[in-house]
Amino acid sequence: MTYQPKIRAQIGMVLNLDKCIGCHTCSVSCKNVWTSRKGVEYAWFNNVETKPGVGFPNNWEDQERWKGGWDLTRGGRLKLKQGSKLKILATLFANPNLPQIDDYYEPFTFDFQHLQNAPKSKTTPVATPLSVITGKAMKKITKGPNWEDMLSGEFSKRSVDYNFNDIAKEMYGKFENTFMMYLPRLCEHCLNPACVASCPSGAIYKREQDGIVLIDQDKCRGWRMCVSGCPYKKIYFNWESNKSEKCIFCYPRIESGEPTLCAETCVGRIRTLGVLLYDANKIAEAASVTDTKDLYAAQLDMFLDPHDPEVIRLARAEGVPESWLEAAKKSPIYKMAIDWKVAFPLHPEYRTLPMVWYIPPLSPIQQTLESHNVFPDNESMRIPAKYLANLLTAGNVAPVHLALSRMLAMRNFMRGKHVEGISDLSILEKVGLTENMVNEMYRYMAIANYEDRFVIPTSHSEYAGDAFGTRSGCGFSAGNCSSNGDNPVDVFGKTHKVNFFGGNPSSKAQSAQNPNPQINIPQNESQE
Amino acid sequence: MYLNFFLFQLYPYIALTVFIVATWIRYDRDQYSWNARSSQILSDRWFVVGNNLFHWSVILILSAHFVGLLTPEAVYKSIISPEHKQIMAMIVGGTLGVICFIGMTILVLRRLFNSRVRATSRVSDIVILLAVYVQLTLGIATIHTSAQHLDGVEMEALANWVQHLAILDSDAYLYLNHVSLIFKIHVLWGMTLFVLFPFTRLVHIVSVPLKYITRTGYQIVRK
Repeated sequence: MTYQPKIRAQIGMVLNLDKCIGCHTCSVSCKNVWTSRKGVEYAWFNNVETKPGVGFPNNWEDQERWKGGWDLTRGGRLKLKQGSKLKILATLFANPNLPQIDDYYEPFTFDFQHLQNAPKSKTTPVATPLSVITGKAMKKITKGPNWEDMLSGEFSKRSVDYNFNDIAKEMYGKFENTFMMYLPRLCEHCLNPACVASCPSGAIYKREQDGIVLIDQDKCRGWRMCVSGCPYKKIYFNWESNKSEKCIFCYPRIESGEPTLCAETCVGRIRTLGVLLYDANKIAEAASVTDTKDLYAAQLDMFLDPHDPEVIRLARAEGVPESWLEAAKKSPIYKMAIDWKVAFPLHPEYRTLPMVWYIPPLSPIQQTLESHNVFPDNESMRIPAKYLANLLTAGNVAPVHLALSRMLAMRNFMRGKHVEGISDLSILEKVGLTENMVNEMYRYMAIANYEDRFVIPTSHSEYAGDAFGTRSGCGFSAGNCSSNGDNPVDVFGKTHKVNFFGGNPSSKAQSAQNPNPQINIPQNESQE
Repeated sequence: MYLNFFLFQLYPYIALTVFIVATWIRYDRDQYSWNARSSQILSDRWFVVGNNLFHWSVILILSAHFVGLLTPEAVYKSIISPEHKQIMAMIVGGTLGVICFIGMTILVLRRLFNSRVRATSRVSDIVILLAVYVQLTLGIATIHTSAQHLDGVEMEALANWVQHLAILDSDAYLYLNHVSLIFKIHVLWGMTLFVLFPFTRLVHIVSVPLKYITRTGYQIVRK
């Protein structure tokens, strides 16, 4: 019998770092909708980091410290880096790899009331920072969600950056050699998610229909193993509900065919969403290749050609809807990641097979060009290719070189075509592109129209389950049948859901300090 | 006499009923509130040592109570005499009790005086922590009383009481007639912990994720 792949579809994302301007619009729109609640003030389902830097939380990329992601056993089998299932259970009472709130930052607001209520004084009154957790004044704000914005802070601290591995980094501390780039980050919705594997309660799961990884808020018991299990540190512990929360890939929007908020609001049009078909039988094999440098290639191998009639036949047999197969054919993600090979997974060496991919940024050429005809060499770009390779291909520079060369070739070719009216095909041959390909690259990466960037099929009623059974279930009934379980009052009658963005640092100080109590509407939030 | 009947004959059943019914209702109706209420992310300092000491020793202490109280004399007497059983209970219980006491003292101090932990504590968190702390102290205090007479009679009486309650004997309370006051208080406080259980974070005990071990593979896919 021939090999039968098990075909699943996933919505993936590509972020074109070449166009990211670090404006944080994605983070802010995400924050406003999903984490503007008590307990997750410090959490950013989407954040943007300036690289090089230690990032958010502190040095998250260094898995020798945080033990996120996967490792191989001596026998070459996949094993969670934080330990076996038994070890995870044995450390349930005190997780030895859990980041502290100070590794993120202590969320703060300011005592703005003081500006209005201060007694007469010789100096201007100052709004002191207040901790959102304790409600007390903070001596000094020592960390924030974007603390290294635009390379702020000393190089000695920022250069702890894990991506400097195998790079003589001292020279990049000098002003004339310095470089920077932005790295917007969200949950990777991995094919081999370490968070799912770490959850002792089995509360985290990957959705079969679109691959979105979610935490069942009713099943989460707050054991916190996912927080340390995720190597991207994209699971946040809500200190108010005492449960973990994470990026939900805006699934209510995705289900109705709309892009995620971070993608929709991106002013630089850097984000692209589309469907990929992959072979779920290959997950374990691809994630456990011996050499981490081969992980990127192994992951590429899992994806299936959406135009192949055999793939289409098998996908239909697996129940992938027709509209998803159509979307897969038009998928901009497939073009970028597989056809053009310009997009890469973030830190494949964690063996999680991440599904949010990145196009590496071009940067200024560090040499004088004799004439504009000389084809610039990406070896001499300001951002060292090795740095990008450490970020995107486990240190394997060749694929990053190829991607950067192709992007340079696209620029040169299109410049020639538009400015000089010459279509110089020799530029393309060197990097293995055809004129058709480069025209498409230009359309998807440079122009990036809305309908090209976002090819998202709507969800199907087949996935919603049988809603008929729930008819007349709610309304005139006793109890809380329609509740999502989020009770705004605890058993001792104390209200505990307060929205800090209504202007309140602490629930205890609430009645005394809040000038606008009506803003504090208890928030209902459930991730399922 | 009526008071004894109420406290040691009726109250155990009332406590057990509240424990089971309220836990069930909460599990059924309010899953979102069902968790361990961990505050580790707010302050790791002292937490790792305190929480480990407390949890591991309290698990052993509770198991020892369970086995010690519910094993009928007929079963264990061929292995160990009541006198020796009492001495063993005092040594094992005493040692674990002291370990647990150190752990809990750390946790109580942290809960009350660490500003972040205190600010995010609910009343129920502090109440239940102190209630368990008191119970632990009472438990350790019984060792002194036990040491007064090492004949094993008092422990047998306590075990008999529990076993006769378990078989719905309406005269079970009589077994406690000659038991010292400290044991009675310890027992009453213990039953009260059962009553408080469903309304506090203690419910996380029910959800010990042992099934993680037997979960096939690692990944979970749902529709």
